[in-house]
Amino acid sequence: MSLHIRNGRVVEVAESNIRALDVYLQNGKIVGLGSAPNGFRAEQVIDAENRLILPGLIDCQARLRDPGEPEKANIASETEAAVKNGITGLCFPPDTQPPIDNSATVELIHHRNEMFGHQARVFPIGALTRGLGGEQLSNMASLSANGCVAFSNAKHPLASNLVQRRAMDYARGQQALVIIQPLDHDLLGNGCAHEGAIATRLGLPSIPEAAETAALSKDIELVAQTGARTHFGQLSCARSVDMVRRAKAKGLPISADCAIHQLFLTDHDIGLFDSNMFTIPPLRSQADRDALREGLADGTIDCLCSDHQPHEVDAKLKPFPSAEPGISGLDTLLALALRLVAEDVLPLPDLIAKLTMNPASIFGLPGGKIGVGETADLIIVDPDSHWICDAAAFISKGKNTAFQGWDFAGSVTHTLIDGKIVYQS
Amino acid sequence: MSNSNIQLDDNGKLRHFLSIEGLDQAILTEILDTAESFTSVADRTVKKVPILRGKTVANLFFEASTRTRSTFELAEQRLSADILSLNVDTSATVKGESLLDTLQNLEAMQIDMFVIRHQDSGSAHFFAQHVRPGVSVLNAGDGQHEHPTQAMLDMYTIRHHKQDFTGLRVAIVGDILHSRVARSQIHALNLLNTAEVRVIAPRTLMPVAVESLGVSVYDDLEKGLADVDVVIMLRLQRERMRGALLPSEKEYFRMYGLSQERLQRARPDAIVMHPGPANRGVEIESSVMDGKQSVILQQVSFGISVRMAVMSMIVGQSGQSPGPQPRADA
Repeated sequence: MSLHIRNGRVVEVAESNIRALDVYLQNGKIVGLGSAPNGFRAEQVIDAENRLILPGLIDCQARLRDPGEPEKANIASETEAAVKNGITGLCFPPDTQPPIDNSATVELIHHRNEMFGHQARVFPIGALTRGLGGEQLSNMASLSANGCVAFSNAKHPLASNLVQRRAMDYARGQQALVIIQPLDHDLLGNGCAHEGAIATRLGLPSIPEAAETAALSKDIELVAQTGARTHFGQLSCARSVDMVRRAKAKGLPISADCAIHQLFLTDHDIGLFDSNMFTIPPLRSQADRDALREGLADGTIDCLCSDHQPHEVDAKLKPFPSAEPGISGLDTLLALALRLVAEDVLPLPDLIAKLTMNPASIFGLPGGKIGVGETADLIIVDPDSHWICDAAAFISKGKNTAFQGWDFAGSVTHTLIDGKIVYQS
Repeated sequence: MSNSNIQLDDNGKLRHFLSIEGLDQAILTEILDTAESFTSVADRTVKKVPILRGKTVANLFFEASTRTRSTFELAEQRLSADILSLNVDTSATVKGESLLDTLQNLEAMQIDMFVIRHQDSGSAHFFAQHVRPGVSVLNAGDGQHEHPTQAMLDMYTIRHHKQDFTGLRVAIVGDILHSRVARSQIHALNLLNTAEVRVIAPRTLMPVAVESLGVSVYDDLEKGLADVDVVIMLRLQRERMRGALLPSEKEYFRMYGLSQERLQRARPDAIVMHPGPANRGVEIESSVMDGKQSVILQQVSFGISVRMAVMSMIVGQSGQSPGPQPRADA
């Protein structure tokens, strides 16, 4: 299979450049940029005039709810949403039912993706402890051998600092990446909104910043102690950005992401108890939002993710504190990213790097940039197409968006994985 | 603003009664004036008026309540309504029926008005967003958010004794953090142009950024009571001793209990209020509770008139409409 994409503008994330270049693909690889390799004959040509060519997006935190919660979503529905929205790779956390703590579950996921998926690459994240119970280490070496790209206990607490220390020591010995979503469960309590004037006015049980930062400072200390390569997921607080920045400056082997909705929404968006705005960590203050954007711009935050959490209608059709947390994010990830560029948070190639090259390099995944010899996972985007966000039109099974009615620019016209067109509009 | 006016109809009249926030001074005053006109009903031999005749009111209490529920029921009876009272925590929801299913099953029985208490903040708004057009929701307490009829009966009590709010200093003392009553009172007092609203509590029972609601914050009871015209004591839930919010009832009383001696710091004609049920010797000394400045029992009887007022105002505007309409999607 060979393919020639002509007249497009290539977003080069490594070089921080946008150039008009033709792209030549063969046998799943990029074989030429600008000029065709000798003897190249295109079986298919795509005209990408006035369009951008980007590496396929890699979403480093997306829940597919499969196995175990078919009422919310499944691999078929969510990989379809992914490829139609330019996401070619999905890392998904181990809190499925059963959890991803054994090789059979990993195989089941890969099998389902082959049978029912839409060609997107799925990268399971293994459980750090058995059953996510927080007490016994999981079989990290076997899980790695079966394709788990990292290890995490998702939002489940570890029994003690000792377990955490040992898990990190063990992971380090296996050259495995540990993912931690910093969260102190005592300080979280039954909280459901950022501790501040809004939660006070609405009488919502609140979540202080320290629920994240107290945990994060301990986590950073354990990185210093163990040397385990650690990725911090879904940061939400200004103080967290500061702590990660300082820890990186000391040379600790850490990286971080934040959920893209945290760069747009604040606790004000809860309005009158809009349960679609219920997330954990919670939507925080304007100052936190601004600090996250700064952290993104200065490189403290390496990656963006959708923190995709699709729900069935009933999960959100409840009073705010009883609703289930999370936002369905696959359908809005690229549009929100392009909006960050429009709002001058970062130039396009640098912003796209947070969704491609950076997660690929941190998680050790194929793709992530456009260059000769690279895996041919790429997308073609029409940056000028405008659309209004409407949950009813979402491809994800989860219609629980926080962006209903938003005006977006940019949509995917083609998605290619392994050099094959898996979606075209 | 954040409070879209789901509570009001197109003519600015009450359609639901969910929170004090989002209402204006004119409506609060109208509630107080209407309540005044109902106080005479209680003195008649036949304590009934036909305002809710032919209407069905359902009292849905997902949380236990004695005072609020019985004064609502009395108010409904005096307005001649048909009444259905359910303790929902012992009924369908434990069998797995969703909140909305419970509500819609009751709606199918042609209920005109729901009086709802529920443990989730925001539940009153949630119900109001999901009832059929023509059906009204009255919030009898939603989580830690609001308890607007309690606040209005407190306003009624204050106005009864002090006539005007504009010169008043009012202190609210106790567990502000967990109190839906305090939140409603703060909004109501501010809407009625109270000169100063103070909140007095240990920091563990004080919500963050509470000053953004328009109050001054005191850690010290004695300072906070200086020259106030009204003292509102809040109930201290015994379970607050767990979870390290407070050391002991004894220390709480020592620091925040209202004694005769401390009350001297307030103005000589200050009134003492408590939404009940009170813990004697924990937040309030018996001699204060039974003393001449206490208006605690009056609050209870005013509660009936105020609830009659709110319900009659709601029906007053929806009374012209033919009642519940079939759901469009039914």
